[in-house]
Amino acid sequence: MTDPVLSVRDLRTHFFTRAGVVKAVDGVSFDLAAGEILGLVGESGSGKTVTGFSILGLIDAPGRIVEGSVMLNGTELTSLPEAQLRARRGRDISMVFQDPIATLNPMLTIGQQMRLAINAHEKLGRRAAEARAAELLTQVGIPSAEARLRSYPHEFSGGMRQRVAIAIALLHRPSVIVADEPTTALDVSIQAQILYQMRDLAAQTGTALIWISHDLAVVSSLATRLAVMYAGRIVEQGPTATLLRDPRHPYTAGLIASLPATSKPGEPLAQIPGTTPSLLSLPPGCPFAPRCARQTPACTEEPALTIEADRGWRCFHPVGQMHEEPA
Amino acid sequence: MSDQSTPLRRFWAEFRENKVAVVALVVMVLMGLLALFASVVSPQNPYDLANLSLMDSRRPPGFVGSGGYTHLLGTDPQGRDLLSAIFYGLRISIQIGLAAGFVSLTIGTFLGILAAYLGGRIETLIMRMVDLQLSFPAILLALVIVAMLGQGKAQLIGALVAAQYAYFARTAYGAAKAERGKDYIEAAVATPLSTRLVMLRHLLPNCTPPLIVVATVQIANSISLEATLSFLGLGLPVTEPSLGMLISNGFPYMMSGRYWISVYPGVALIILIVAINIVGDQVRDQFNPRLRR
Repeated sequence: MTDPVLSVRDLRTHFFTRAGVVKAVDGVSFDLAAGEILGLVGESGSGKTVTGFSILGLIDAPGRIVEGSVMLNGTELTSLPEAQLRARRGRDISMVFQDPIATLNPMLTIGQQMRLAINAHEKLGRRAAEARAAELLTQVGIPSAEARLRSYPHEFSGGMRQRVAIAIALLHRPSVIVADEPTTALDVSIQAQILYQMRDLAAQTGTALIWISHDLAVVSSLATRLAVMYAGRIVEQGPTATLLRDPRHPYTAGLIASLPATSKPGEPLAQIPGTTPSLLSLPPGCPFAPRCARQTPACTEEPALTIEADRGWRCFHPVGQMHEEPA
Repeated sequence: MSDQSTPLRRFWAEFRENKVAVVALVVMVLMGLLALFASVVSPQNPYDLANLSLMDSRRPPGFVGSGGYTHLLGTDPQGRDLLSAIFYGLRISIQIGLAAGFVSLTIGTFLGILAAYLGGRIETLIMRMVDLQLSFPAILLALVIVAMLGQGKAQLIGALVAAQYAYFARTAYGAAKAERGKDYIEAAVATPLSTRLVMLRHLLPNCTPPLIVVATVQIANSISLEATLSFLGLGLPVTEPSLGMLISNGFPYMMSGRYWISVYPGVALIILIVAINIVGDQVRDQFNPRLRR
């Protein structure tokens, strides 16, 4: 494997609220190679969005990155002063947000705001900037891009707006794009189109993607690697195909079992019992233990990371290994 | 895309549906033109004292004066042709209203957006100052300032601005604060785009609709506030009467049957202010998505 463009080590982002310390991200580590697509999956509140924001240094008070490192192309981002961080955001690393309505300025044409985004990092003449903007709009699949530069966001559909947002994220050919549930607000058919285009773009441009989603089905069709988050931790990580075929962590197994595609018609969908624990009062040891069918007294200890070839998991009783599920 | 449906054209098409507003707009424009060309359309220059004859003072409408022409609306105590005085007075009133409106729009918007953008202590400082100011009646504030600064156009405009910028600051602040939290502003702030550009290109354009509405209302308010100050004798010098001063000049004669000296300038003032307000209301309704049909 080549050197990773992004390397996150033991990242911990905590929120110091009046009710107590919320450990939204608690020891997350992963590597990302050029052109790779990492799917970051988890339920609401599992810390996937906070992970994305932490990588870009966008955590506001009362939150703070308390520990860990984020290396982008060999530069440590967590200790970088805000001014230098700003110089990198949008150029070396950029972000696509969930809501394509709030992402674009309703009063400026697409061309105007793309030019602003270009000029934030480099001085480029109007012509050159518009040519670049049009080129990227074409790349993300917007027809007659030249003419569309003069349109306002309200003249676009949701899917088109999200494509514009993606084009803006791509303007400076960043090494990494963090996409925070960018297709959640879109129709399923549009979702699929955008997913395939993103996969092609990542392959063409060498841009690595972190695709944050709660929808395992969506991410698994796109990502080369998956990282499953639970209660601020990555509980299992590995190549998508391996993980889907042969999950080790009971939570991953539960997620896969609850996919509508894996269940029989007419049968109720499989569920993971219980709900995500409050981050303020996590059980000791494995946070998933209270909902886990395989839990034993050993689970009150924090499970260490088990690494096997190109995958890893945090569980004392992994699925499909030592013993089978009790009948 | 650009031929039929520019925002301005759509705005006008909708505006046209309200006949009353169209009439008000026509009246407004007409009065503006009369004020602009006052020296052309007036039979007499009311500011040139050599033109005035005391023999012609306080004559009723229709009187043929020593100048040889008919005073359609009569004359005032100085022997001015009232129609001419109204045209010239209109000019001064509109001038002051517009000047005060635009200066307070600029200052207020700047302060409001700055407060919303920067937040923290500066936000508190600016907005508490605005709140403090809004707790005083505008007329009281304007009176005190004119009394302190003395009379004259610039002083009057200064007083009106001081009394009114707070409304713009409040409006701009509210609009900018709502936009400030949106992703596109957050994203712009996170990149090295200059603060000036974020405020000018991103924040300001999104605050304009409510500001236009407040501006129309406040221009009408400036005009009536100026008339009030002039009526109380704190406005402009007597030699250049605005509408308010004309009303004030005629006031002592109201009860002696010489109604026209006060009433006609008053009618002109009311028509102007009502017209501006109707247009302003229509603009507000069109900008308010909840009132959209």
